Amino acid sequence: MENGRPAASEYFQRQVRWHPLEYAVWLAALLPFVLTPSHLSLASQIAITALFALSLDLLVGYAGLVSLGHAAFFGMGAYSAGLIAKHYWGEPLSVLLISGIFAGVLGYAMSHVIVRFRHLALIMLTLGFGLLLHEAANSASALTGGADGLQGFKYTSVLGFKFDMYGRAAYAYSLAVLFICFLVTRRIIHSPFGLALRGIRENALRMPAIGAPSLSHLRKAYTLAAVVAGVAGALLTQTTSTVSLEVLSFGRSADVLVILILGGAGRLYGGLLGAVIYMVARDQFSGINPQYWYFWIGLLLVAVVMFLPNGILGGLSALYKKTQ
Amino acid sequence: MLSTKKLNKRFGSLVVAKDIALDLPRGVRYALIGPNGAGKTTLINLMTGMVRPDSGQIFLGGKELTSLRPEARVRQGLARTFQINTLFPQLTALESVALAVLERQGISRVWWKSLPGYREAIDEAHDILVSLHLKTVANRLTRELPYGQQRLLEIALALATKPRVLLLDEPAAGVPKDENAELFAAISGLSRDLTVLFIEHDMDVVFRFASRILVMVGGRILVEGSPEEIAGNYEVREVYLGKARHG
Amino acid sequence: MLSSLAAVLFDGFAYGMLLFLLSVGLSVTLGMMNFVNLAHCSFAMVGGYTTVMLMNKLGWPFFATLPMAFVTAAVIAVVLERVLYRRLYRATDLDQCLLTIGIVFISVAAFAWFFTTEQQSTRIPEYLRATLQFMGVNFAVYRVFLVVVSLAVTGVLIYSLEYTRFGAQVRAAVDNQRMARGLGINVDRAFMITFALGGGLAGLGGALAIEIIGLDPSFALTYLVYVLIVVAVGGLGSIGGSFAAAVVLGISDMAGKYYFPWLGAFLIYLVMVGLLMWRPVGLFGKR
Repeated sequence: MENGRPAASEYFQRQVRWHPLEYAVWLAALLPFVLTPSHLSLASQIAITALFALSLDLLVGYAGLVSLGHAAFFGMGAYSAGLIAKHYWGEPLSVLLISGIFAGVLGYAMSHVIVRFRHLALIMLTLGFGLLLHEAANSASALTGGADGLQGFKYTSVLGFKFDMYGRAAYAYSLAVLFICFLVTRRIIHSPFGLALRGIRENALRMPAIGAPSLSHLRKAYTLAAVVAGVAGALLTQTTSTVSLEVLSFGRSADVLVILILGGAGRLYGGLLGAVIYMVARDQFSGINPQYWYFWIGLLLVAVVMFLPNGILGGLSALYKKTQ
Repeated sequence: MLSTKKLNKRFGSLVVAKDIALDLPRGVRYALIGPNGAGKTTLINLMTGMVRPDSGQIFLGGKELTSLRPEARVRQGLARTFQINTLFPQLTALESVALAVLERQGISRVWWKSLPGYREAIDEAHDILVSLHLKTVANRLTRELPYGQQRLLEIALALATKPRVLLLDEPAAGVPKDENAELFAAISGLSRDLTVLFIEHDMDVVFRFASRILVMVGGRILVEGSPEEIAGNYEVREVYLGKARHG
Repeated sequence: MLSSLAAVLFDGFAYGMLLFLLSVGLSVTLGMMNFVNLAHCSFAMVGGYTTVMLMNKLGWPFFATLPMAFVTAAVIAVVLERVLYRRLYRATDLDQCLLTIGIVFISVAAFAWFFTTEQQSTRIPEYLRATLQFMGVNFAVYRVFLVVVSLAVTGVLIYSLEYTRFGAQVRAAVDNQRMARGLGINVDRAFMITFALGGGLAGLGGALAIEIIGLDPSFALTYLVYVLIVVAVGGLGSIGGSFAAAVVLGISDMAGKYYFPWLGAFLIYLVMVGLLMWRPVGLFGKR
C-alpha cells in the first residue's frame, strides 16, 4: 500500500509543473517589442482578447457550460474603467482592480439565476442577459454615451510609463496583466475547485452523488470568470481611452466563443492561441467587407466542429499521441 | 441506521412506491430483489433524494433526511452507486476518487491552492483504489478502463464519501458471471460497520452475500426475511422465483 | 384611444402570427431531437429571397412564389440535415450551437454576395395593399391576409398532428424518443420530414415577412433572437406553446414600441428572462 503513494502524488505534481514549451510561449510574447515594434497596438489587442478568452475557458472549457453573453462582463469592466476615470480618478491599476470587482459582482448576481439552468434555457438566459445589458447601456445614454460610446476621459500613463502612440507601454501593461491573470487561472484549474469544475463538466449527475454542492461551485466559477473578463474589458478601456457600445454586443460574445473553440477549450492555452490566430487574420484581412469575413469564420466554425472538435490544440495533442 | 416511514410515490397513474416502511440496522447486508419494474431503483432514488416522494419520511441514524438535497444526504453518510456507469470519462481513476474525498472534506471550494498540496486526500484516494484492486489503473482515464473496473470505480466513488449506508444499484450489471467474483469479493470486504443494500437479480449472489433479503413487487415491499425464510416463502416463489419451478 | 388600442392589438397579433410561422418548425424539431438549430432563420431567408428572385427577376405573381418559397426552404433544410446535422445529434449543446452559428454566418455572407445588403421589397398585388375600415379602425388587408394564412397553417398543423398517423409518430417521438424507436417508429425519417416542414414554414414566413419587416441578409441573425424567445418561452415541441408565445411577444413588442418607445427592445428581453426563470421549460414545455 505504501509503495503506490508517492506515485499518486507524482501524477498531480506533473500536472502542475511548467512544461518547457510554456516558457517558450511567454518568452515569445516578448518578441513583438523587437520584431514588430510598429504593431504593438495590435499586440495589445491580442493580449486583451486572449485574456477575455481565458476567462471564458473557465466556464466553457472547464465547467462545461455554454455562454452566449460573456461580453456582459467584459463590457461591465470596460464601462467601469471609463466611468471611474471620467468622474473620479485615472490611476490605472486601482481602477483595473475595481472594474474587475464590479464585473465580479455582476457575475455573482447573475450566477444565482443562471446556474440552475441547462440546455436551451441556459443558452437563452446567457443570450438574454447579454442583450439586456447591451440595450440598457444603449438607452442609458446620459450615463454611457449610448450608441456614441463613452468619451471625455483619458488614461495617460501607468506606473509612470506614458501611453504613447507606439503602444509600448500599452502592450507591456496588457501583457503583464495577461500573465498575472494567467497565473491565477492556472492556479484555479489545478486546485481542488478546478477538479470539481471538471467533475461537473464530465458528469453533472454524479456530482451530487458524491456530496458536491454543484450550484455553489458554478456560482464561484461565474464570479471568477466575470472578474477576469471585467479586467480584460477595463484593460481595453485603459489602453484605448474609449469605450464603445460594441463591448457589450452579441458580436463580441460570439467572437470570443469562436476564438476559444478555435484554439481549443479546456486546454489553458487554447484561448491564447485562438486569439493570436483570429486577431492576426482579422488584421491581415481588414480590407475585406465584414460580411465576407464572417463567411470565412462561419466556414471555420463548421470545419472545427466537424473535424477538430477540440480545437487546434486538441488536434495537435491527438497528433502527438499518435506519433508516440 | 436507515429507515423510511410510509414512503409513497406515483408518476401519474403508475404507483412506484406504496407505503414503503424499512428499518435497516447497522452493519447488515441487505439484498433488494424483485421483478423488473418493481420500483427498486426508484426506491434508491427516493432515499437518496433524486426523486421527491409524494409522502413519507426518510431517516438516517435517527436524523430526518426527507427535506435534504441529495448532496446533503451524502454528507450525512448515505451513498449510492448507479446501475449504469455514471463516472467522469476524462478524469483518471485517481482524480475521480480524489475529487470525492476532497468534496467530503469540504476542500473542493479552495481555488487558490494547488492539488499536490493535499497529500492526505490524495493518499486516501489511492488507498481506496488499492482496496478495490484498482491500483494499477489509478492514472488511466476512466473512459479507457475496461467495464468491470469501471463498475469497481463506481463503488470506489461511493466509498470515498465515507458513508454509513451504501446503496448499490445492481453492482454487477453487465459483468459476465465468471468475472464478477472480484466485484463481490470487494463488496464482502467492505467494513462490517457499513450497512449495505444492494439490488441484484442473480439468486446465487443474493443467497451468498446477503444476510437479509427484501422482496419488492409493484412498488410494495412484499416481505422481508433471512435467506432461508425467503427461499421457503410461497408468495415470493410464485411471484419471483417461480421460474425455478418452471425450468 | 380605444381604436388605437385595437389597432395595436391587431398589428401585434399579425406580427405574432408571422413569428409563429417562423418559430413553429424550430420548436417541434427542438422538441423532437433536442438539436439546437440556430440557423433556422436562414431557412426563412431562403424563402424570402426565393420570392424576391422569382418575382423581381422572373416576373412571377406573388401568390405563386409562396409555395416555391416553402419548397425551396424545405429542400435546403433536408440537405443540411442529411449532410451535416445528423452527425451531431449526440453532440454537446455547444457544438450544435457553434455549427449552426457557423451556418448562419455563411448564409448571411452568401446572401449578401448574391443580393447585396440592400433591403428587398416585393410588388404585392394591388388589392393586398388596401386597408379595410371596420368599427373606426384601419386594418391593412395584407395583415389580415397574413393572419388568415397563419391560422390556416395552424389548423392544418394541429389537424395533422392529432389525426394523421404521421402526426402520431411525431408526437410519440417528441414525448419519448427511445420508446418511439422501440415501438418501431422510424424516428429518423419522421424527423427528416418534420425538419423539412419546419424549414418550409420558416421559408413561407420569410416570404410573407418581406412586406411587414423587410428582408436583408442580416435577417437570419436579427430575427433569430425573437424566434428563440418564442421557442424558449412557448416550450419545446409545443405548437400551442409557440402560438401563445408568438402572440404574446408580437403584441408586447407592438405595444412596447407604441406606448413605451424609450424602453425599446429592453422589455422583450426582460419578459423573456423573467418567464424563463419562472418556467425554464417554457409555458407549455415538458420535462
